[in-house]
Amino acid sequence: MLYREAGQFKTTYEADQQIFPIAQDRIGIALLIGVFALVVPLIADEYWLKAIITPVLIFSLAAIGLNILTGYAGQLSLGSAAFMAVGAFGAYNVILRIDGMPFILALILGGVCAAIVGILFGLPSLRIKGFYLAVATLAAQFFIVWVLVKVEWFSNYSSSGVITAQAIEIFGYTFESPESKYLLTLAIVVVMALLAKNMVRSTTGRMWMAVRDMDVAAEVIGIRLMRTKLLAFAVSSFYCGVAGALYAYAYIGTVEPEGFNLDLSFKILFMIIIGGVGSIMGSFLGAAFIVLLPIFLDNFVPVVLGDLVSASFVSNLQLIVFGGLIIFFLIVEPHGLARLWQIGKEKLRLWPFPH
Amino acid sequence: MQFFFEVLIGGLLSGVLYALVALGFVLIFKASGVFNFAQGAMVFFAALTFVGFMEVLPGWTGLEAGGTAVFWLAFVLALASMIVLGILTEKIVLRPLVNQPPITLFMATIGLSYLVEGIAQGIWGASVRGLDLGIEDVPVETLMDKFNILVSSFDVFAAVAAGVLVAVLALFFQYTRIGRALRAVADDHQAALSIGIPLKHIWAIVWGVAGFVALVAGMIWGARNGVQFALTYTALKALPVLILGGFTSVPGAIVGGLIIGASEKLAEVYVGPMVGGGIESWFPYMLALGFLLVRPEGLFGEKHIDRV
Repeated sequence: MLYREAGQFKTTYEADQQIFPIAQDRIGIALLIGVFALVVPLIADEYWLKAIITPVLIFSLAAIGLNILTGYAGQLSLGSAAFMAVGAFGAYNVILRIDGMPFILALILGGVCAAIVGILFGLPSLRIKGFYLAVATLAAQFFIVWVLVKVEWFSNYSSSGVITAQAIEIFGYTFESPESKYLLTLAIVVVMALLAKNMVRSTTGRMWMAVRDMDVAAEVIGIRLMRTKLLAFAVSSFYCGVAGALYAYAYIGTVEPEGFNLDLSFKILFMIIIGGVGSIMGSFLGAAFIVLLPIFLDNFVPVVLGDLVSASFVSNLQLIVFGGLIIFFLIVEPHGLARLWQIGKEKLRLWPFPH
Repeated sequence: MQFFFEVLIGGLLSGVLYALVALGFVLIFKASGVFNFAQGAMVFFAALTFVGFMEVLPGWTGLEAGGTAVFWLAFVLALASMIVLGILTEKIVLRPLVNQPPITLFMATIGLSYLVEGIAQGIWGASVRGLDLGIEDVPVETLMDKFNILVSSFDVFAAVAAGVLVAVLALFFQYTRIGRALRAVADDHQAALSIGIPLKHIWAIVWGVAGFVALVAGMIWGARNGVQFALTYTALKALPVLILGGFTSVPGAIVGGLIIGASEKLAEVYVGPMVGGGIESWFPYMLALGFLLVRPEGLFGEKHIDRV
């Protein structure tokens, strides 16, 4: 009966249209954010904050970006890492070249750069779809990384194309400690996730879903395909771009274009498959799963199997487990971990009685 | 001019290899409508299995290492493993996903490619291995003497092998019972089923044939550059080839391969220096992309009509 909504009457349109219409959800989300903002920095040590929770948050943002494009608008993309690269290098250049650029604005501008590039590479989606489009996004993946390596202006003429993120400074406060970087990331991710959640249940989101389910039918009922698809590309790349900028500034610090390779794109794709295609919460679950799984395998397998297996086998095991899980999830639960949570919620509505 | 021809021929010959990998894609796509991203991983798996058997067989059977007997035994065993892999894939991965949108199947094959890569390296190890097919990598003398053009005899051998393979496949599709059944299945699953063509067997055969093509491609690529993880990236080279040629056309794969191979090398040599080089990584994709905007179904692809 944890999720019983009986008795929660909505008497105004505002009440009916809020993001989380059920009181339990509202309390739950507030508690969750509260715990992550107040409790986690106190109890988590530096390794956890720096190497696990921050990247999970950043990858969640990238996964939300891809989820908007693939999960909601139905356009398969294999180039999300490239858009992250654009965001990272965009923010870097904005801060470098404009004096007194506020960090948040730089982040947004980095995202805007990514959005513009995203629209450019989304243009083919008007003519082509499905696998063909996947190949077009692969073109983006290879081309963008190549441009960032070859055009030295982007990396401020550093010899190897590597950029070192400047210090993050907002209103004179410098974010240096892992805690402060984590909290900054958390704040940005929470705001952007709520925005995304809101967007996908608005007219825009419904148009995306109509295009995903059947684009010809969507066009027939008067949805402008071009605008809708390009908007999906723009918003998705914006999210990926901001995630890329955070990746550079709040997580890695020193990035090179080749870091944003096809493998990373695939990882983000795996995050949304495992987390749940077409679900904002799934993006978080998937990101956490994909970041934690290798760490788990690295620490767990040698302990359990001991000297039976070599280190190289463990890294292969990672490939096997990743691949196997993708197939498993696609077959058994195409809606991913988010769906499991939904089923749990349904059950909790009636609990402890089954009817 | 002579240099131009050298680059062109080199490009065409490497295009033949792209075409070989693309062929594996086309076969599976034609018969089951699955876009098999794992084809590159299968090429890697095939080559690695072949080399692996070449290494272990002398120890197991007492045959002379590097001899013809070992070669053919390894070939047969590798082929058998490819067929087993294909059948297992069909049973475990694709069967449960019947009726899912094509994109889901595509994502499943991305997972499959990770799985196959992991298994291949888990069994045979990750070290780079050489593969000697007994063909020397020396310039063809007659061409050298007459036109002063440098063409490697190994490339010529690879091209001939690919040509023979394509011819055999074409004949197989055109004149055998199974070939006819395959074409029927490619045209319409349901119609083929209703006239009594066993879809299960047909799919198994297709995956087997694709495995065979992967093995040949893997052996040639492996002999060229060593059997290593980079073989899986041949799939990425084959994608623009497919786009250009159309997903469902065997001749398309060949022509697309030749175009991509030649234009990629020419672009690298003539355009590359102007923009800093290394454009081979993305040029085929951009070419294919530009082409798609003009003709979305590819050179030989079927025109697609949307209905609500």
